Amino acid sequence: MAYIFQQALNALQLGSIYALIALGYTMVYGILTMINFAHGDLFMVGAFFCFLIAFYLHLSFVPTLLLSMTGVAFLGVVIERLAYKPLRNAPRVSAIITALGVGLFLENFTLALAPYPKHIPTLLENTTWTLGTLSISSLQIIVIVLSLVLMLILDFIVQRTKAGMAMRAISWDKTIVPLMGVPVNKIISLTFALGTGLGGAAGMMYGLAYPVIDPYMGIMVGWKAFICAVVGGIGNIRGAMIGGFILGGVEIMVAAFFPSTYRDFVAFTLLLVLLIVRPYGILGKPQPQKV
Amino acid sequence: MAKLSSTYENIQEHWHALTDKKYFWPLFMIAGIAFCMAASTFEFLDLYLQLILIYVGINIILTVSLNLINGYMGEFSVGHAGFMAIGAYIASLLTVHVFPPTAQNLLFPLAILAGGLGAALVGFLVAIPSFKTRGDYLAIVTLAFCMIVKSVLENIDAVGGPRGLLGMEKLTTLPWVFFWTALSVWVIRNLVYSNFGRGVLSIREDEIASDLMSVNTRQVKIIAFVVSSFFAGIAGGLFAHALQFINPRMFDILKSTDILIMVYLGGIASISGSIIGAVIYTILLEILRPLGVWRMVLMPLMLVLLMIYRPRGIMGMREARLFTPLRDFVTEKLWRQKKKEAGDATP
Repeated sequence: MAYIFQQALNALQLGSIYALIALGYTMVYGILTMINFAHGDLFMVGAFFCFLIAFYLHLSFVPTLLLSMTGVAFLGVVIERLAYKPLRNAPRVSAIITALGVGLFLENFTLALAPYPKHIPTLLENTTWTLGTLSISSLQIIVIVLSLVLMLILDFIVQRTKAGMAMRAISWDKTIVPLMGVPVNKIISLTFALGTGLGGAAGMMYGLAYPVIDPYMGIMVGWKAFICAVVGGIGNIRGAMIGGFILGGVEIMVAAFFPSTYRDFVAFTLLLVLLIVRPYGILGKPQPQKV
Repeated sequence: MAKLSSTYENIQEHWHALTDKKYFWPLFMIAGIAFCMAASTFEFLDLYLQLILIYVGINIILTVSLNLINGYMGEFSVGHAGFMAIGAYIASLLTVHVFPPTAQNLLFPLAILAGGLGAALVGFLVAIPSFKTRGDYLAIVTLAFCMIVKSVLENIDAVGGPRGLLGMEKLTTLPWVFFWTALSVWVIRNLVYSNFGRGVLSIREDEIASDLMSVNTRQVKIIAFVVSSFFAGIAGGLFAHALQFINPRMFDILKSTDILIMVYLGGIASISGSIIGAVIYTILLEILRPLGVWRMVLMPLMLVLLMIYRPRGIMGMREARLFTPLRDFVTEKLWRQKKKEAGDATP
């Protein structure tokens, strides 16, 4: 029983990281109907920013988090302005391929600068409490709580503020909203900044939880987070959170009770089954097709 | 009457080029096979150049076959590397464990064919979810398929697990690659311009409308997936016997990304575009090799710039005259003329 609880805690940790990244995918999709495949690599860049700041500037946890989040958010906005904006009216696949290209660029650029895996210095005193057979580390608690706080902040921004209302309006109808005086470009930039900033935070937390980082770590995690976004119903922010926790839970539970090499196999098979049963994701609504 | 005569003028203008085509293809095939055989027997091309040409051929097969799904049918499949893996493993297992070592050269085409058929069978299974799901969700299905294939191969110890499989002889020679490449281009080109191909195009434009026009969309989707994965499997078999070593990590999502880039670089819905894309991408990667790691930085950058300045790729939605049937050629010319007269500037 304690073992299951222990694994549930691990699942929450992994799931919250997945959810944070999935939010970036789903926000950009909701507003631009474009899959930002570079997002997984922005997550990786977040981990590397965290490494650079912690290693060279010796800042403590909170400034490091804020700085790497801002850094990644800035990078996300720059990418949007330079690479995606010229393609806003181009066919959808060109934007997707551009995103793949940007992702490859980020990976290989980081690889060219940092060829060896890096080890993030310990930013936090990691204390472990034991309750019977159960052991809880403070790091786990921080990762989970911090992700939940970030998600709540995001939910607040999207649901309760004026900018959030503009975001939802743009995802509703892109042609009418500019006529109502909504600054579409600014809102899109803001969406990118929020989404990639969360990805950067996820990168940092991933780096703290699993301390060795390398330039290719964003690929697998990024695709998996994309799957989370789709499972929850892409474009749906709460769906992305749910999808993240589902995939995290499934992966950890499979690794806990089966040989861990079966993890990907079982996780993806479940995903296939889920998509066949509910082709639009858990919270997604089927789009009526018109002829 | 005016329309008819303008059609006639169009035909007349290009009649010569079009009739030449009749002799062009057989001559091209013979010359190509002869050149490849000479190159590999007399070795006037060094082995490095031959290997590059082999990779160019394999990449053309992959690109053309993926273009059938992503370009002509308008789906977004990211699982092509998975089909390739299945073909590679089946063909390698046959040549390593089943076929007698003395008759390897003779039985090699059979092994490749078996790899292709195996991949086609799996392609049939992947086609089934595509009945209901479209777009991003189908992309996820193919992505998951690709990862499942990799994961399954890593867990089967009989095929080497994560260590991979080796012991293949170097059976992929230039003439064989040329043959399979030409076959795949021929089959897919003829499929696209057949009645079935019209169905494929109509699915891209509007699935429900084509259903209403009595296109059997399920059947069309199944055939497209099966043909596409068949050729991916063949490319996989050739790849395995050119490299003489395979492991599951070679066929992960990065490989799929490579193929996708070649397709969109060359341009969707274009056979000539696929060939150009595969050739340029493969050769450019080799030319830039002295740059080391930075070539992998430069390549994506070039891709992004190309997409910004030419979002449809090099040959997007266009076709070289060599691959277009007369009828289509004339219709397209008329269509473009009409568009020009109406003042529509979009390509």
